[in-house]
Amino acid sequence: MPSAPRTLFEKVWQRHEVVPETAAAPAVLYVDLHLVHEVTSPQAFTVLRERSLPVRRADLTLATLDHSTPTLTAQVFGGAPIAIESAARQVHEIERNCAEFGVELLGLRSAERGIVHIIGPELGLTQPGKTVVCGDSHTSTHGALGALAFGIGTTEVGHVLATQCLLQRKPRTLAVNVAGKLRPGVTAKDLILAIIGRLGVSGGAGHVIEYRGATIRALDMDERMTVCNMSIEAGARAGMIAPDETTYAYLAGRPRAPRGADWERSLAAWRELPGEPGARFDRELAIDADETEPMITWGTNPGMSVAVGSPIPAAGDALFERALAYMGFTAGQPIKDQPVNVVFVGSCTNARLSDLRSAAGLLRGRRIARGLTMLVVPGSQQVKRQAEAEGLDRVFLDAGAEWRESGCSMCIGMNGDVVARGQYAVSTSNRNFEGRQGSGARTLLASPLTAAASAVRGRVTDPRELL
Amino acid sequence: MQAFTTLTARTAVLAADNVDTDQIIPARFLTTTARTGLGAHLFADWRYDPAGRPRPEFVLNRPEAAGCGILVSGGNFGCGSSREHAPWALLDYGFRAVISTGIADIFRNNSLKNGLLPVIVDAATGAWLIAHPGIELTLDVPSTTLTLPEGRVVSFPLEPFARHCLQNGVDELGYLLGHRAAIGTFETRR
Repeated sequence: MPSAPRTLFEKVWQRHEVVPETAAAPAVLYVDLHLVHEVTSPQAFTVLRERSLPVRRADLTLATLDHSTPTLTAQVFGGAPIAIESAARQVHEIERNCAEFGVELLGLRSAERGIVHIIGPELGLTQPGKTVVCGDSHTSTHGALGALAFGIGTTEVGHVLATQCLLQRKPRTLAVNVAGKLRPGVTAKDLILAIIGRLGVSGGAGHVIEYRGATIRALDMDERMTVCNMSIEAGARAGMIAPDETTYAYLAGRPRAPRGADWERSLAAWRELPGEPGARFDRELAIDADETEPMITWGTNPGMSVAVGSPIPAAGDALFERALAYMGFTAGQPIKDQPVNVVFVGSCTNARLSDLRSAAGLLRGRRIARGLTMLVVPGSQQVKRQAEAEGLDRVFLDAGAEWRESGCSMCIGMNGDVVARGQYAVSTSNRNFEGRQGSGARTLLASPLTAAASAVRGRVTDPRELL
Repeated sequence: MQAFTTLTARTAVLAADNVDTDQIIPARFLTTTARTGLGAHLFADWRYDPAGRPRPEFVLNRPEAAGCGILVSGGNFGCGSSREHAPWALLDYGFRAVISTGIADIFRNNSLKNGLLPVIVDAATGAWLIAHPGIELTLDVPSTTLTLPEGRVVSFPLEPFARHCLQNGVDELGYLLGHRAAIGTFETRR
């Protein structure tokens, strides 16, 4: 009997089952790429040390520094001490752990350092059909290349270091079918905010999402990564996009992508990955890209969003009231023209070269509003160099913004870059939770275009008014 | 991991839905290289005012919350970041179980690996528990049941392997290491 048509996810899953799952036990799933960073790994290395275990596949493991690492040039390259002492200890600890266990570390001054989810694809390490894990929930980003990629906790980081495997139950599948064309000024960030708004922040729980349809096929790789990045904000385990010519063109020639005969072999295998016609998903959702507007969040989770030109909802439950009180908003008020104190362009969601080009394009020849602080933080040192080669740093600096070294920066507020209590920040990052960008900080998530437009006006602005 | 078979403890109730891991343990406390000591910072921004004084209205600052071993919360508890510091902080504070109508995937995994029992209940039971803070409950892992004070028994879902590990104190890393031969074969074969 021929087997049932399989989805992309099912193919990748099956190829990594060391031991298939049974009613009594989860699958032993093999990991092809393990990315490690300074914040969620120290306790895992401690376990290995306590049990005298080596790292099983150091060659499939890559470490870097991003979360608690400063973005001020003086602290990265200038010899100034890292201002947060405990962060400095984490930097020291990962250096020691990587040296002791033989794991490659793209360290503080490495030209290849950056946010884990930016450098995996950028180096060509993230590839179609791979399983990719990291002690970070935004690992879903790598699914944009057709990998099965998901975030894990520190205990599981230890499991992967020691065995290159994880114990996993097979998740369910959810197809998000996107049709139509994004209009000018509407970006991949707006699309994913609209999708999360439809699904809700727990709507994807227990599922791996596959984003499909003509709109998704038309996205470039940076845009696809923005979409997959925020899958976790709908509660999903992972987000994936089937590899195609866009994916292969992106990977060709990257420093750690396969070469020569290896490339040809890999390419042939990658072409087998997309789901087969008739493959069934556990759930499906249809989204119309034509109707998507530039989006912005008004509340305290990424599902609380509206089109920039629309008012905040007029009524809601206790959670709605709590979010409004935290944000200092009233029900039914417009979000447009809300005064803004800080604009942050950065994070694993929106700090790739095309994001910086998009923000710089709007800022060129303009200045940010008086009294507003704008931080532009490239996603990797390579993105930083490329942006500088194009003169984007000058555009940002001339506009009055700050230009930093790469890192998670203000997205997570644990590295010295924070939004002050009560201040409003339009951020291109992924989470608007209470206190996410600093105690009492109020975050409005938006695209790099909307962020740049809001920086110019000092108020929440529909970018189409300035394009 | 220490075995978890049964727990009888009082509940503390945090009624909100979507309590994310940034609330459970704000990121600024993650610059630690240890697993211990995080209980002091559990729910830091809800528990303390900007000057560091306890907010008297917050549930964990009320006298009746002292000694509560079970946290009852709204749906989608533990959403957001994968930080295992969240279950570490809850355990370090003294909680042994979390009850909700929905628990986010990564948080649930992380909890099970540390012996913090994630209990998912139906909407009616969840609403009843939220309306009755401070009651004493018994959670039984072998039978995957929760016993309410008036004797009503509610079962909860628990993945069979996770239940086996909890009730026998199985070390999952040890179990995985037991598959070394199969992992080696898999690596050679591909």
